[in-house]
Amino acid sequence: MENIPADNSGQIDRRQALKWIGAAAAAAAVFPHASAQDRLAPPSASPGGKRIGWDPLLNKNYVPGDLWALTLTPKQRKAAASLTDLILPPDNPSDKLPSQLGVQAFIDEWISSPYDETAKDRPVITEGLDWLDAEAQRRFQKDFAELAEPQKCAIADDICGKTAVKKEFRSAQNFFNRFRYLAASGYYSTPQGWKDVGYVGNVPTLNFDGPTPEALKHLGLA
Amino acid sequence: MAIITEKDLQPNYDVIVVGSGAGGGQSAYTLTMNGVKVLMLEAGRNYDPVTETPMFQSKADAPLLGMGTREKPFGFHDATVDGGWEVPGEPYTQASTDPKQRFDWWRARMLGGRTNHWGRISLRNGPYDFKPYSRDGLGFDWPLSYEDVAPYYDKVEMLVGVYGSNEGLENTPDSPNGTLLPPPKARAGELYVKKHVAKFGIPVIPIHRAILSTRQDHVNFPARLHPNNPKAQKIIAKAMQERAACFWATDCGRGCSIKANYQSTTVHLPPALATGNLDILCNAHAREVTVGADGKANGVIYIDKVTGQERAVKGRAVILAASSGETARILLNSKSNRFPNGLANGSGLVGKYIMDTVGAGLGGSVPAFENLPVHNEEGAGTHVYIPWWLYKDASKLGFARGYHIEFGTGRRMPGLGTGGASPGYGKSYKEEVRQKYGAGIGFAGRGEMIPNEDSFCELDPTVKDKWGIPVLRFHWKWSEHETKQAAHMEATFAMMIEAIGGKTRTPQADGSKAIDTGGRIIHEVGGAIMGANAKKSVANQWNQCWEVPNLLLNDGSAFCSNADKNPTLTIMALAWRATDHLIEEMRKGNL
Ligand SMILES: Cc1cc2nc3c(=O)[nH]c(=O)nc-3n(C[C@H](O)[C@H](O)[C@H](O)COP(=O)(O)OP(=O)(O)OC[C@H]3O[C@@H](n4cnc5c(N)ncnc54)[C@H](O)[C@@H]3O)c2cc1C
Ligand code: SF4
Repeated sequence: MENIPADNSGQIDRRQALKWIGAAAAAAAVFPHASAQDRLAPPSASPGGKRIGWDPLLNKNYVPGDLWALTLTPKQRKAAASLTDLILPPDNPSDKLPSQLGVQAFIDEWISSPYDETAKDRPVITEGLDWLDAEAQRRFQKDFAELAEPQKCAIADDICGKTAVKKEFRSAQNFFNRFRYLAASGYYSTPQGWKDVGYVGNVPTLNFDGPTPEALKHLGLA
Repeated sequence: MAIITEKDLQPNYDVIVVGSGAGGGQSAYTLTMNGVKVLMLEAGRNYDPVTETPMFQSKADAPLLGMGTREKPFGFHDATVDGGWEVPGEPYTQASTDPKQRFDWWRARMLGGRTNHWGRISLRNGPYDFKPYSRDGLGFDWPLSYEDVAPYYDKVEMLVGVYGSNEGLENTPDSPNGTLLPPPKARAGELYVKKHVAKFGIPVIPIHRAILSTRQDHVNFPARLHPNNPKAQKIIAKAMQERAACFWATDCGRGCSIKANYQSTTVHLPPALATGNLDILCNAHAREVTVGADGKANGVIYIDKVTGQERAVKGRAVILAASSGETARILLNSKSNRFPNGLANGSGLVGKYIMDTVGAGLGGSVPAFENLPVHNEEGAGTHVYIPWWLYKDASKLGFARGYHIEFGTGRRMPGLGTGGASPGYGKSYKEEVRQKYGAGIGFAGRGEMIPNEDSFCELDPTVKDKWGIPVLRFHWKWSEHETKQAAHMEATFAMMIEAIGGKTRTPQADGSKAIDTGGRIIHEVGGAIMGANAKKSVANQWNQCWEVPNLLLNDGSAFCSNADKNPTLTIMALAWRATDHLIEEMRKGNL
């Protein structure tokens, strides 16, 4: 742990940390489990889709579509992208839109997965996205993604639950809740989402410094 | 000697160790450092944390943001390989369909076992914890005392590296000066809880965890660990220097590629291998211990999982450390004319008195934590805890024994569910997400279960695993001591959440509903209890089977009580002590 720059008050450069982890780690990404000749067959794989398995390669960055095929139609995908942007607009002009960060791909991965935990979301999300386009057509004669912002808001306001939701929009509200849960989960898991929410961890430090004076003051502990 | 394949097996070993987790790792370490030739059989595959650990991967780098799945119940990145609540091809069964009588069995099939992904909480049992029967007439006294184990706690703490502090509290032992590593600072929310629960007499103190907050004292520790053994000192001094200090950034449950926390695979096995006295054979599933004409253990029959073939190896002594349930299973499956009911089972107690930890939890949201000024609160998991504080009230509580409280707050890595509870959308929604992020708290009670007649395992009469080996069938029942304790936990958590101005649900007054399912806390111990009387126990105070003195049970199976303190530090201390005794007995020619 030598060679920590003096001006770097305890913050260790991530690259330096990766060096400690060792060059071996890089090799592992290519040839990880040389001795695992005994992989067992995973249970009930979905047709055409691979499950995660009991011994997946962990030291690898996965992207949606790596394990199982994505199944939203191009039209559904477009509506999903547009709705993520409406729910999670950028804080700063230089920030990216959620759709540019690929949040809709995560939602697609989720609803396309072979897992029971996600299966119940599949009809909710796909039917909800179809409804969204149909509702946009009914009100404004365009698909949702093509609407102007106030038009999108007119629909979202009816189903987002901030004010009382009319009976005929109950299933749309259910869709919106679930969609927002997934969109927010995907978005806040990106580096930009971390910044938005004020998460500054996953960074190696020499010491654990504990709360800042400001944080202590905030809690009446200073 | 090294991690070997079958063709390199020696015809004979001094000792065969089954299992490579906390118990097996410690046993192999102690033996090989003393020049004993060891073969370790491990059912799982070879596993190398240095190359395999996903250290800085974000949740977004995992499928489904790392969601827990059937194959990876604690999340994608968790360091469990070929295991979890189920292991393909290796079932276990329940004697009852009543959900309250279930026992859920967590297993890992990998080199290092559960030590790769455990929580690293490393608390010593106190003096009371070894003599519970003498204090309240329930359960069993151990055939040893805190003073017998203390020197081994000291050694294990120095060897594996444990952070924590000495607080001088009742039945919460201090370590000798210079043994523990400094504890990390408490987080903002942890300090807030400490301040607001003090009025109830509830202490919030640094927890002890097997994490290198600083590097180990590789100059002084080796001589304290291995007096008069220069070779061992040299090897462990070098091994200590190969471990880095924690950099407070990543999730220890994924394992640690810089060896800053304790896993058998990074701490016990490398120096043991460096002695040249250890062979490790992976993918070798022990089926039974074999016995010679003299009634002593003389080897192990195992399944080579690569070929599916049955094989036999020979040793002068055998140590089982396959996790307590699996150790009981191996004993029960080791039937011979001399031992028709399973090896070392003349007492009929093999499989009996299995225990887990009493668990209950309650979470809440805390407005005071909202909009906390941004700072880094990661830092390697739990920093503080609440030890049991009501020893003086024992007669008023309505249940025996006690529990400690683990709790979590803080601005941790966002993932599934971040932003979930806020209404609306757009800028106002994002504002609220920001406000609420990190404003939660979760309390978990971890309490003592008293061994009982209704909680045991036996061989299932019909079900076998994929190699044809009979599997375990579990019987489970909590007594009122445990369920009332769980209700007490919930009421305490609600009181504390209220004291910090937080919101939560109504606490569950029915303890049988509050308590977690048996096995769920994964503090599996018992099943071959130790005692002072050969008729009423399976092993003596040195984990030595009464009927087969060259057979040791060095995992948690010989525990005859399960204090609220998490068991692993004690497993390691007792394994070290038992192994020292074994070496002595072998040297004297007694075995
Ligand atoms: C998520 C989690 C968190 C935990 N947190 C804590 C904590 O904070 N503090 C604490 O004290 N404890 C904790 N524990 C418990 C702790 O992991 C165990 O107490 C400890 O690992 C027990 O060591 P062991 O050697 O008995 O078993 P294990 O570590 O499970 O090792 C047993 C080994 O034996 C092998 N094996 C099994 N059967 C056979 C066979 N037939 N032949 C050959 N090999 C076999 C297994 O593959 C395994 O590698 C936790 C456990 C889990 C899962
Ligand atoms: S937090 Fe520290 S001990 Fe835990 S995995 Fe990261 S570096 Fe290792």
